[in-house]
Amino acid sequence: MKNNKKLTIAVTGLNAIDSPGPGVSVIRGLLEAKSFDCRIIGLAYESLEPGIYMHDLVDKTYHIPYPSAGTEALYNRLMYIHEKEKLDLVIPNFDAELYSFIKLAGKLKQSGIHSFLPTLEQFEARQKVNLPEFGKKFNIHVPQSKAVYSSAEIFSLEQEYGWPLVIKGKYYDASLVYNSDQAATAFNKISARWGLPIIVQQFIHGTEYNVTGLGDGNGNTIAAVPMRKQYITDKGKAWGGITITDQKALDLTAHFLKSTKWRGAFELELMKNKAGEYYLLEINPRIPAWIYLAVGVGQNIPEALTKLALDWPTEAFTSYEAGKMFIRYAWDMIVDLNEFQQISTHGEL
Amino acid sequence: MTAKARYERPLIKKLESNMPNKFGLRTEFEPLTHIDGVSVDSLIADYGSPVFVLSEQKIRSKFKAARQAFETRYPRVQFAWSYKTNYLSAVCNVFHQEGSWAEVVSGFEYDKAIRHGVDGSYIIFNGPDKTEEDLRKAITNNSLIHIDHLDELYMIQDIARETKQKPKVAIRVNMDTGIYPMWDRFGFNYENGQAWDALNKIMFSGLLELVGLHTHIGTFMLSPNAYAIAASKLANLAQRVQQKYSHEINYIDMGGGFSSRNTLKGAYLPGTDTNPSIDEFAEAITSALMNSEYRPKTPPLLILETGRALIDEAGYLLGSVIANKRLSDGRRATILDVGVNLLFTSFWYDHKITPAQEFTSYTEDTVIYGPLCMNIDVVRENVSLPLLNKGDKVVIHYVGAYNMTQWMQFITLRPNVVMVDLDGKPHLIRKNESIDSIENLEEIPTHLSHFEL
Amino acid sequence: MKIKNNIAVSDNGFIFNPASGESFTVNQVGLDILNLLRKGEKQETIIQQLSEKYQADKAVIERDLSDFQAMIKQYHLIQNEE
Ligand SMILES: Cc1ncc(COP(=O)(O)O)c(C=O)c1O
Repeated sequence: MKNNKKLTIAVTGLNAIDSPGPGVSVIRGLLEAKSFDCRIIGLAYESLEPGIYMHDLVDKTYHIPYPSAGTEALYNRLMYIHEKEKLDLVIPNFDAELYSFIKLAGKLKQSGIHSFLPTLEQFEARQKVNLPEFGKKFNIHVPQSKAVYSSAEIFSLEQEYGWPLVIKGKYYDASLVYNSDQAATAFNKISARWGLPIIVQQFIHGTEYNVTGLGDGNGNTIAAVPMRKQYITDKGKAWGGITITDQKALDLTAHFLKSTKWRGAFELELMKNKAGEYYLLEINPRIPAWIYLAVGVGQNIPEALTKLALDWPTEAFTSYEAGKMFIRYAWDMIVDLNEFQQISTHGEL
Repeated sequence: MTAKARYERPLIKKLESNMPNKFGLRTEFEPLTHIDGVSVDSLIADYGSPVFVLSEQKIRSKFKAARQAFETRYPRVQFAWSYKTNYLSAVCNVFHQEGSWAEVVSGFEYDKAIRHGVDGSYIIFNGPDKTEEDLRKAITNNSLIHIDHLDELYMIQDIARETKQKPKVAIRVNMDTGIYPMWDRFGFNYENGQAWDALNKIMFSGLLELVGLHTHIGTFMLSPNAYAIAASKLANLAQRVQQKYSHEINYIDMGGGFSSRNTLKGAYLPGTDTNPSIDEFAEAITSALMNSEYRPKTPPLLILETGRALIDEAGYLLGSVIANKRLSDGRRATILDVGVNLLFTSFWYDHKITPAQEFTSYTEDTVIYGPLCMNIDVVRENVSLPLLNKGDKVVIHYVGAYNMTQWMQFITLRPNVVMVDLDGKPHLIRKNESIDSIENLEEIPTHLSHFEL
Repeated sequence: MKIKNNIAVSDNGFIFNPASGESFTVNQVGLDILNLLRKGEKQETIIQQLSEKYQADKAVIERDLSDFQAMIKQYHLIQNEE
């Protein structure tokens, strides 16, 4: 049964480009929701984010300040938008903006803008630097890794982990290295950009799986859909993928949700080694770009997230269709210069 | 006659077709026109440009909030003002009026505290450089001497033997708290047993009174958990002393080091959003102490030597635009009359800079240079600011800590420092230097006093 | 100095160069200058008109004007630039 109030939902990540933000797929899920109708307000950082111009999906778009401008600037802008649009919910989709939105969640809720995000503790616990501890605490296999402050420290790890090694920046960037020279180069390059520490991670040989899902914050699984990437772009993004039935991956997801009481949407990056053991490589604390596949196989995660955010009764999904694929494609829109001018100079379209 | 419009220099900006790259620039142009009700314009008119301005109201309210953060969680708390952070007498006295003891690290700072009227027994004497003369004075005044190394320990024992006084001492302990780099050059190490050895030496000698344990794990710390680790390690030492010698120490001194709201260079999000609050540090320290195995009859006094976090936000540096220019690669550069000579902290912070007058929303990416004829004189490498004209005034925020002690008399003289009191009245608290203040210290040998060109 | 005829300048300061496909924004003073340049006004007239409209020294305006002209030249918005 449909709720008769039409919801107004703000969504970020409208950059449906070759390394896409999830926004446009999230919106498609929201528009297909069975339990409510909604208007979509796009929130964009740049004037060329394609979602801005998709008028059948997005009713109106506003520029918002970059997270680096601080939460106060973001809050003021959101209040300006709220005054005009009366937002019910905001769904942030960029890694880099989550911290700010989590910090603001309480204040936004007081003004009537709901959200459904992980707690700051959950958000911090799954940072790369903290992953080994996370694995230990929740009894989840993670690749061995260590935060190091000098390239010399890497060499003491090579014996323990073996080659190749994954050298990662604190927040972004990673490179696979096969010898000490490459390791030193990667260390210098990544630390110059992202600072210290650098994370040195054991490389797990195997097949990669991804699970997207939704936790209700009390340890229950509301949604979980595993997928195997079929085609990966040179930026490491899935361009095609297929849903699979994989009880072990689902069990691991349920265990993750139960033990962390994860709140909100997430994506788990898993690696299955030759022995059939799963390793948790990374936890993305947000909806992934391929979310429309989950919608397409029966688990409308954006819809369920909206219901949880608004405190509506929300039933857990119990099944999905396995063996369905998503194949991404690029689509050229024709856009009038006026529209570009409008968003560039006024920050609204 | 109708008034003319405010002029802004003409700007043309190419719309770059960038996708969100997550690393947009901070814009900070929300102008700050008044400090505690006093206009920036009048401060500059009365005291010149540049000028440091301190808000007494901000110092006191920050201090009260910090004290409350600890006192609501732990029964016995004492702050000691870390002189090196800002030892202008007016500033120290605000802290002393609020009940702070003094924490000093040199004979000079020690004498300053005594001159301010601090009783010797409320002075904590830290640091690796205490001369024999300093120590004799401190011992006679009953000050709390925090021993940094064995040579100092032996010297204190000698003085104690000779003068038949019983000096009050603590040791400074360094330790692994998971923080990099580890400050292991100060004090005695916990993990390798040095600290325990030093405590045994003190207890065995019977010459000194062991009153406390001290650590200072680093500065601008972003991890409350590191303090929890440090507090439990100190509590462990206290417990071992109690077990072995049935001796209870009076206090645990956790040093300083809490971050202020500044943004470290290279950080993506602004420090105002990410840096832990004093409450988070207080929670970490006090719960670690209460959860430790150490169970004395009276809980030890918890001493905090917080510097930066109490004074940074109360300090502003006001300056003016000297000139605008364009660099060879087309970037805009703005030269201020404020440079690294006054703003030492710009070597590690991206200081927040705002204009002191209203502007349109147009901004330009700008390098901010200081006035020194020296390449390293960069205040901000890249900041998006409104279109400042020559003569426009700017406010640099969160500069209260370390700048007024680490400033350099280099190329030019140091400016006035003003404190705005609780009624919004400015007071000069340090006069600007003149050529005399520098030259009066100099002497010219007779054979160099004349020349002809 | 005259700006190219085909450059579109909108009232809100949006500039589009159809030949190169590049777009720009200008602030109010920049817009005034572009409009005066487009009319073919001479340097002195531009400075005079701006100093009548805005609170600023002619010397300041003159310096900023030449910097601005250097920028629009760099962006290829000027007629017959050699
Ligand atoms: C022993 C000691 N205590 C306290 C402080 C004050 O530190 P902060 O300003 O970081 O709080 C310092 C500063 O280096 C110090 O060395």
